[in-house]
Amino acid sequence: MVRSRRTVLDDVSFRVPRGSLTGMLGPSGCGKTTLMRAIVGVQRLARGRVSVLGLAAGSAPLRHRLGYVTQAPSVYGDLTVRQNLRYFADVLGAPRCDVERVITQVGLDDHADVLTARLSGGQRSRASLATALLGRPELLVLDEPTVGLDPVLRRDLWDLFARMAASGVTLLVSSHVMDEARRCERLLLLREGRLIADDTPGELLAATGTSDVEQAFLRIVEQGAS
Amino acid sequence: MTPRITLATALRVLTQLRHDHRTLALLLVVPCVLLTLLRWMYDDRGPVFDSIGAPLLGLFPFVVMFLVTSIATLRERTTGTLERLLTMPLGKLDLLLGYGLAFGLLAVVQATLAAALVLGPLDLDIAGPHWVLLLVAVLDALLGMALGLFLSAFASTEFQAVQFMPAVVLPQLLLCGLFVPREELPRALEVLSDVLPLSYAVEAMTEVSAVADPFPGFLGPLGVVGGFTVAALVLGAATLRRRTA
Repeated sequence: MVRSRRTVLDDVSFRVPRGSLTGMLGPSGCGKTTLMRAIVGVQRLARGRVSVLGLAAGSAPLRHRLGYVTQAPSVYGDLTVRQNLRYFADVLGAPRCDVERVITQVGLDDHADVLTARLSGGQRSRASLATALLGRPELLVLDEPTVGLDPVLRRDLWDLFARMAASGVTLLVSSHVMDEARRCERLLLLREGRLIADDTPGELLAATGTSDVEQAFLRIVEQGAS
Repeated sequence: MTPRITLATALRVLTQLRHDHRTLALLLVVPCVLLTLLRWMYDDRGPVFDSIGAPLLGLFPFVVMFLVTSIATLRERTTGTLERLLTMPLGKLDLLLGYGLAFGLLAVVQATLAAALVLGPLDLDIAGPHWVLLLVAVLDALLGMALGLFLSAFASTEFQAVQFMPAVVLPQLLLCGLFVPREELPRALEVLSDVLPLSYAVEAMTEVSAVADPFPGFLGPLGVVGGFTVAALVLGAATLRRRTA
């Protein structure tokens, strides 16, 4: 996959089972965002094929069925959290009661009527995350949703992701924080545009003989170099 | 497109504006202040204001809407909200018409205020019916909106978008016939002014102010203004890509 005339992703191939919580890990600039953009269908591909819920990525019927959160919060700064969510709920055709549900899910009850421009960075990214929870998405693609959040909140969000996966939603969550990997059922490790591992956390650690994902990552890179 | 989504978008744009009191005030007050200033300038020159008052009444909403729309659309592109919307079941027309409805409504309010001021206290004398003046002013505003929407695709920063105003609007203003009648321009410039939309916006206004029964005279230029508006909207829709590099 070529972006800005630079090859960003090369020979990446994987399957994410439905109803799973999959983590996509890798350093900043490794191609996580480009891969996620390809999955939600906003990335022009040089070649290759992405199929999502049995349909070609980006096809119209998918637009009701997936939620996407970009790394930079994409909400309207000059609207309150509630007004933002009402608008996106209307676009999705989701019921109005969904708005209150997702506000609570991301813990923004106390800030629902504050202009999003006045929120802190973490609160703003939670408002952005809330948008993706509206309706009944079957697939959630979340690009670094927990950056800059308080550890308690981060744990709560990962709990929410796990509950959603248990209820049958497929989640693909990227992070550059390796210890968040423990919360995932499956891990995709990316480095310099290549997929270097695709495994469950347990098997990854066993195969590399390491005790944490950061170590495993290093081991794989070293083995590849030698 | 889906009417529900179009309406929701229009409401959303209006709510955003409602939070921005200063912009709203500037939008509504600045044209009125400028027209008053103009009236004052020509206080001792009697009929001059009568001949340029109406075209300028069409011009201000055009310029203001051009600016506001190009910045608003650019913000939508740069903050990622556009990308998010395009992964949702939103048609490009929903977005364009939503903006069109919201800013169109604003244009109606703005043009009504300015027209009421000009025709009332400022004592502008026009030959044609007042409602036609208002209609032309609103359509001029919509033209400005459509051009702003289209051109914002070529700006990647707000600095660039603001520069489009002198680059795109001022040449049209110079050639639209307000300074030198278009038929008296050097031939090459006259031909150029023939393909610029603002020339027709001003022509329609001049027709309304000079002719008691402007039908069907103003319909020709007004049709051209409408044509340019639709063309700019269609081109604008083409610049809203779901997939980008």
